[in-house]
Amino acid sequence: MSATNTSTRVVIEPVTRVEGHGKVTILLDEANRVTQARLHIVEFRGFERFICGRPYWEMPVAVQRLCGICPVSHHLCAAKAIDKIVGVDQLTPTGEKMRRLMHYGQIFQSHSLHFFHLASPDLLFGFDADPAIRNVVGIIQQHRDLAVQAVLMRKYGQEVIKATAGKKVHGTGAIPGGINKNLSTAERDALLADAPQMLAWARSAVEIAKNYTLENLEKVKDFGSFESTSLSIIRDDGAMDLYNGGLRAVDKDGGTIFDHVPNDRYLDYIAEQVKDWSYMKFPFIRSIGPDDGWYRVGPLARLNTCDFIDTPEAEEARREFKSLTNGRPNHMTMAFHWARMIETLHSIEKIIDLLHDRDLQGTDLVARGQRRREGVGIIEAPRGTLFHHYRVDEHDLVTMCNLIVSTTSNNEPMNRSVRRVAEQYISGRPQVTEPMLNAVEVAIRAYDPCLSCATHALGQMPLEIELIGPDGGLIDRGSKG
Amino acid sequence: MSEVILPTSEVIFTLDGVTVTAQSGQTVMEAAEAVGIYIPRLCHKEGLEPYGSCRVCTVTVNGRPASACTTPVADGIAVESESDQIRAWRRTVIEMLFVEGNHFCMFCEKSGNCELQALGYRMGIVAPRLPYLWPKRPVDASHPDVLIDHNRCILCARCVRTSRDVDGKQAFAFVGRGSRRHLAVNPGSRLCDTKLDVTDAAVDACPVGAILRKRRGFETPIGRRLYDHVPIGTGVEQPVELTIREGSPS
Repeated sequence: MSATNTSTRVVIEPVTRVEGHGKVTILLDEANRVTQARLHIVEFRGFERFICGRPYWEMPVAVQRLCGICPVSHHLCAAKAIDKIVGVDQLTPTGEKMRRLMHYGQIFQSHSLHFFHLASPDLLFGFDADPAIRNVVGIIQQHRDLAVQAVLMRKYGQEVIKATAGKKVHGTGAIPGGINKNLSTAERDALLADAPQMLAWARSAVEIAKNYTLENLEKVKDFGSFESTSLSIIRDDGAMDLYNGGLRAVDKDGGTIFDHVPNDRYLDYIAEQVKDWSYMKFPFIRSIGPDDGWYRVGPLARLNTCDFIDTPEAEEARREFKSLTNGRPNHMTMAFHWARMIETLHSIEKIIDLLHDRDLQGTDLVARGQRRREGVGIIEAPRGTLFHHYRVDEHDLVTMCNLIVSTTSNNEPMNRSVRRVAEQYISGRPQVTEPMLNAVEVAIRAYDPCLSCATHALGQMPLEIELIGPDGGLIDRGSKG
Repeated sequence: MSEVILPTSEVIFTLDGVTVTAQSGQTVMEAAEAVGIYIPRLCHKEGLEPYGSCRVCTVTVNGRPASACTTPVADGIAVESESDQIRAWRRTVIEMLFVEGNHFCMFCEKSGNCELQALGYRMGIVAPRLPYLWPKRPVDASHPDVLIDHNRCILCARCVRTSRDVDGKQAFAFVGRGSRRHLAVNPGSRLCDTKLDVTDAAVDACPVGAILRKRRGFETPIGRRLYDHVPIGTGVEQPVELTIREGSPS
């Protein structure tokens, strides 16, 4: 920390245990009151520009290189957009179910990674625990069973991905109009063999997240929390659908802002604002405007938008989740974790259902249609709603690409959470301590942000926090990773 | 004048110290293959006249470097193919080809079926050693069914020779000299101006991802591509030892 005559600037750089590179700056006045708190994303990649001029069928494989954690989401979202380019509105049963299986494997592994490896040290040891044990190594040493479970759950999800995409990371399964392989019976049987254990672990993960929330309700209910709009895609009947559906946005009270919006009309409802202090854009709902039109996406938002979940155990868990807020939208930032584990349970239930579906051994893999010049794909990635939009010229080369990535939609909410926690934990205190800074990171981590994805940028992964005084002078900087 | 067919005769030479009996008129590469020894190559393709441009098949003949695809066998010559020095030369050639173009295996649809990539794996190239040149090259997608990505062209001339000698069309040619040499289409400036047809043998002649059938990318799943499980040259080497390698090409 550095001091000036009038002001303080705290910098957390890099923010740790998140996917991507970012920093937090907090400005304090003379009385150490927070006057500004921002999450800055300092990566830049430019995928939207450099894939222009490439053939459209490369998109699902090329654009997934945005990320090493959720490449499947980009792979499938690009494939959905390119399906439209090749004139396919409905895949073959085998094509769609193989893609769904891949997607649920992705949700399962990504959520498990985040909850156990990134978030659990804060939950199990406490925000203010000794940083020397408040990490994944501490989890391995003191909660060995959970650590092993986490590794094996992630491995299982990746085995699902490998069976559908050919590789655990950066595969090629989805092609324009379908999929390039079916699921062999040997692959199916291998996945079924481990499925009961995964289901049991997913159940227990829901219990861990639920119990944490309920036992610490007084502490977490206001922690970085605020009322917000929620957005996701939704199935025609209102069920949670992570792969396909129209857009639904609900306000802080659960009232409908728009519903079942066709994917190709997303620009009529959503726009993006650029701010000069972050490489990440700020999306907003057009009808509300840039100031108040921001919204949350991701597990918490999906639990707020859906009417029900179509798998029995996850639906039961959802009902319990909703009972906490008497059926109204839940705005507790820390409830992201509980919602995330309900989705993990939903994903393994879906995986098991699909593995018993004979369509996965079908041989009709690709549908064909009349070529179009433009396509939009929207999918629910682990971190939230993901948009891919491409235009293609008469020679099959991409001329325009627009990506709105999940973490981008959570940009304003994360900034609000940062500010709220800074006000709750730092404002007016005589000294800024490590646990205070970690509290800011805990709020960011709840969103499971992927900062690389959000800026479509290459780079390293850590995060940083700055403390800045009223005159703009840097007073303190916390740097991790 | 009637065609004269010269009688073949046996030729005896040594290859890496082993005595090999070959037929006169064979090249060193052909004679090696006949006894199950693979010599790496890129510009050479069975059915085309030897070309000798890529130098990946470099061997030494009586101590002097020569391309195995163009050098005829002769009685008593001593050929070396697998010395450390020769492997280093070949590896450097492959490394230069990688950095001279823009070869992004991670999203190239030829990955797993690409001879350049497969040679990289076979030679154990795991990281770039030479500086990338990052050339700016166009993609010619004007043809309705075939695409040329000049970023990936390695100037092997397999398309040039196949179009001329097999398809009888001369759809491709080289223009420029030295480092400015590049693949062009004849007679027009774009692929759509040529008589190239998607069924031409030239479309399949490319060892890398420079000439591609449109709208077919990634149809072969990972695990069923040519070099997913066995290194390039396996079909030549005897006895064929199939080993499943850890990992697959990107």
